[in-house]
Amino acid sequence: MNETELKNIILQAKQFGFSDRQLGYLWGVSESDIRRLRKRLAIVPVFKTVDTCAAEFEAFTPYHYSTYETESEVRPSEKGKIVILGGGPNRIGQGIEFDYCCVHAVMALREIGYETIMINSNPETVSTDYDTADRLYFEPLTFEDVMHIIEAEQPKGVIVQFGGQTPLKLAVPLERAGVNILGTSPDSIDLAEDRKRFGALLEELRINQPPNGTATTVAEAKTIANRIGYPVLVRPSYVLGGRAMEIVYDENRLSTYMKRAVQVSPEHPVLIDKYLEDAVEVDVDAVSDMSDVYVGGIMEHIEFAGIHSGDSACVIPPRTLMSETVDTICAQTITLAKALHACGLMNIQYAVTRRDGAEQVYVLEVNPRASRTVPFVSKATGVPLAKIAAKIMAGISLASFGLPPRPTIHHIAVKEAVLPFLKFPGVDILLGPEMRSTGEVMGIDTDFGRAYAKAQAGAGMMLPEPNPPLDKRQVVISVTDRDKPAIVESARWLAEMGFELLATGGTFEFLRQHKIPSKRVFKVKEDRPHIVDIMKNLNTALVINTPLDASSAYDELALRRCALEHHIPYVTTVAAARAAVLGIRSNLKENLQVKAIQDYFST
Amino acid sequence: MNNSILNTIIRKPAVLILEDGAVFRGRAFGAVGEAGGEVVFNTSMTGYQEVLTDPSYYGQIVTMTYPLIGNYGVNEEDVESSKIQVAGFIVKEISQIPSNWRSTRSLEEWMLSQHIVGLCGVDTRALVRKLRTYGVMRGVISTEDGTEADIHAKIDAVPSMIGADLVRSVTTNESYRWKDRLHPTYHSKIFTKSANPLCVLAFDFGIKQNILRHLTERGCEVHVVPAYTDADEIRALQPDGIFLSNGPGDPEPVTYAIHTIQQLLGSYPIFGICLGHQVLGLALGGTTYKLKFGHRGANQPVKHLKSGKIDITSQNHGFCVDMESIRDKKVEVTHINLNDNTVEGLESRELRCFSVQYHPEASPGPYDAAHHFDRFVRMMTGDKDE
Repeated sequence: MNETELKNIILQAKQFGFSDRQLGYLWGVSESDIRRLRKRLAIVPVFKTVDTCAAEFEAFTPYHYSTYETESEVRPSEKGKIVILGGGPNRIGQGIEFDYCCVHAVMALREIGYETIMINSNPETVSTDYDTADRLYFEPLTFEDVMHIIEAEQPKGVIVQFGGQTPLKLAVPLERAGVNILGTSPDSIDLAEDRKRFGALLEELRINQPPNGTATTVAEAKTIANRIGYPVLVRPSYVLGGRAMEIVYDENRLSTYMKRAVQVSPEHPVLIDKYLEDAVEVDVDAVSDMSDVYVGGIMEHIEFAGIHSGDSACVIPPRTLMSETVDTICAQTITLAKALHACGLMNIQYAVTRRDGAEQVYVLEVNPRASRTVPFVSKATGVPLAKIAAKIMAGISLASFGLPPRPTIHHIAVKEAVLPFLKFPGVDILLGPEMRSTGEVMGIDTDFGRAYAKAQAGAGMMLPEPNPPLDKRQVVISVTDRDKPAIVESARWLAEMGFELLATGGTFEFLRQHKIPSKRVFKVKEDRPHIVDIMKNLNTALVINTPLDASSAYDELALRRCALEHHIPYVTTVAAARAAVLGIRSNLKENLQVKAIQDYFST
Repeated sequence: MNNSILNTIIRKPAVLILEDGAVFRGRAFGAVGEAGGEVVFNTSMTGYQEVLTDPSYYGQIVTMTYPLIGNYGVNEEDVESSKIQVAGFIVKEISQIPSNWRSTRSLEEWMLSQHIVGLCGVDTRALVRKLRTYGVMRGVISTEDGTEADIHAKIDAVPSMIGADLVRSVTTNESYRWKDRLHPTYHSKIFTKSANPLCVLAFDFGIKQNILRHLTERGCEVHVVPAYTDADEIRALQPDGIFLSNGPGDPEPVTYAIHTIQQLLGSYPIFGICLGHQVLGLALGGTTYKLKFGHRGANQPVKHLKSGKIDITSQNHGFCVDMESIRDKKVEVTHINLNDNTVEGLESRELRCFSVQYHPEASPGPYDAAHHFDRFVRMMTGDKDE
């Protein structure tokens, strides 16, 4: 093949949409080989404008896409420019909250005089509205496509930490290609993401993390699990959003998981962590400029650790943590931010265990980037974290914002996940380590119960009121043995508020022992009318059902689907049950008042 | 490798050169050779078969802005005249795999059989931006191996649109009676049909067959006559109404028809479309001028001034009636184009004539404006409101 033929065939391939990576794969060379060859042959894309009129009229929308053609319609300006990488396509398991961060970054950088260039390929987002950034490139978030734009625009720097994991992965290759990455350096990002490097850092800083290991074979996995003790949390190292993550209680299940769920290999090791039972999970969002750190929000999860943080309800400020624990979390956050030279946003997930009146703090993971909780924290505390972080990355000091060391708020904000189960017939509605929510809502009030009830109402679940009418006073309770002690207090309160408790065998016995009146009902497999038949009469005000064991899996699925389909409020963890009971006790309807969010911050 | 894909790779290089010297490189499709004409663009996403056979495109090289053309092939029915009328055809990508139940062959085979030169693989968006900015201009497509200088010399030989009478090249030589109705897909019960057929004489300036189908569909007996038919011949045929068709190029040199119409004004209901509208405007004492890049597409918004109603219309014209020139005449501007506020419709109640610059027969395009045919029928039946 001569040079002209080669040029023709590569140009044709690029016009057909083949990526450099795919061509490299087909021809057995690397992506960068193709890139170099393309550049030598002067095959580079041009940028056209989205104008909805086939170029018949001049368009002023700064909305562009790349294509292998002859004429580029983009004329880069001479102004100082910053590129913000968006989150790309979104799916269940990925927070759309990243788009909020991108949009706030655009607004903040504009305020301080930069031209903002947004790269994102999700048409349903606000960041891809044509009037959000000064210029929008509707392009995939890949090294190849991002580099073409950077080469055409020559920006001062690129922000990768606002769009979630997708753009974050580009930090290292972009930096290697000579691009100035604004904010936390790719090396620090790698330090936080690499389990070995990060483990060593924590040891050096004397910060606890759950015992863990990385396995590349089934045998290795068993050895690690035996060392750290069951239950363990297992997950592949290469997926996002907690997909394929599982809590494993014994060796049999571990083998099954390793064989069935994961193709384990040296390139794709499996991460094994000690699962901290009944631990409280805490999420922290912080902003740092390498010399100072602002701990923007400490969120206590309502569900126990093990439920994906994107699905868990959480509350600001922490509700049950001891103040020493909150201080420890703050101190560790500051230490970690400084050790990682974090510049911009940082998110840390902690787990707190309780034993004999003492609390122990563990670091689960550190993400040196925007997290999905940034919008919640910003709205709950009135401090725009993403905007501040963007300005810090552009060189403004944290001190100049005059923030207090921690936010001081006099109200309680509850975040609740919005779950799409109604749209997926037959799917179980249990929460687990795999994220399933597709949205979130915030309830805000001066009392936890009311804030929680508002959040539930926002998420589409109206909690019942105390002293319910006769035809709407049944509460179905069916919980696993492990959860039985924790349900007693909630059950008693419900009975006191005039609810009629219906319980399945074991739960019924347990409540009777604790002198809480309830009525025994059949499980689905026992006899009729069973629990689901009763629920279908629509006299049920609330369902409390925590997962039991495999033998009753069908039973429970039927129960939970029935609750979902008949819009009966349901909770699947004891923690949520307790919060729901507090919500019912707050008697929301009686005490409901309208107050603008701004009014919470004006005092 | 798929044959069709190989085809695109090994297609012969071809070039379009414009009179200002701009060069657009692509590859040949259809017939080989050279073709000169005025280079214009059409923004319709579909309807290439109707566009190619529309006599109003005579002498022009048409560029489609939609990037994939030929994907539903060609059929026997969707033609607007007996042959391809364009001088040349430019597309971004020519579809190799036509797919449609009505398709009988590929666009490329059809162009080959009629010796029409095509150019594909061109950055059509860049070409359109050029024409939009500097106005339409003459150009030559060449699939030959000659030098660019050779081609340049040929551009000068391409006649200018202004002042050229292209109607004579496309009008029928003999009168004929049209019989076809609309394609069964579009038959509609709402169309009114009169018991006694109305006799319509249609001046053929390059008439699109769908106009004839629409008139026939509404119960008219349509006789198509050559553009140069004189007033006495028309009167002898005792028509109920006269239709002035669309056609190519500049209306001003079509003096013979303008003169004939001046003699017939007021005697019969008259309805004009496109060039027919311009000819009527000239007959009423107005003037016409050439637009920078014309209106060619299927989504041109037109406003009826009296009702404020908007029709999305199909259009194909490079010339336009000058609004100022008819301000003091016995004629009213009824419609304007919302993109550039140019004249899109005229009427004179006193002289019982009206015309539109756009194409109510669509082909291709929306049927928003088909009501004009109904109005013409009502005028001929003596409806007082018309």
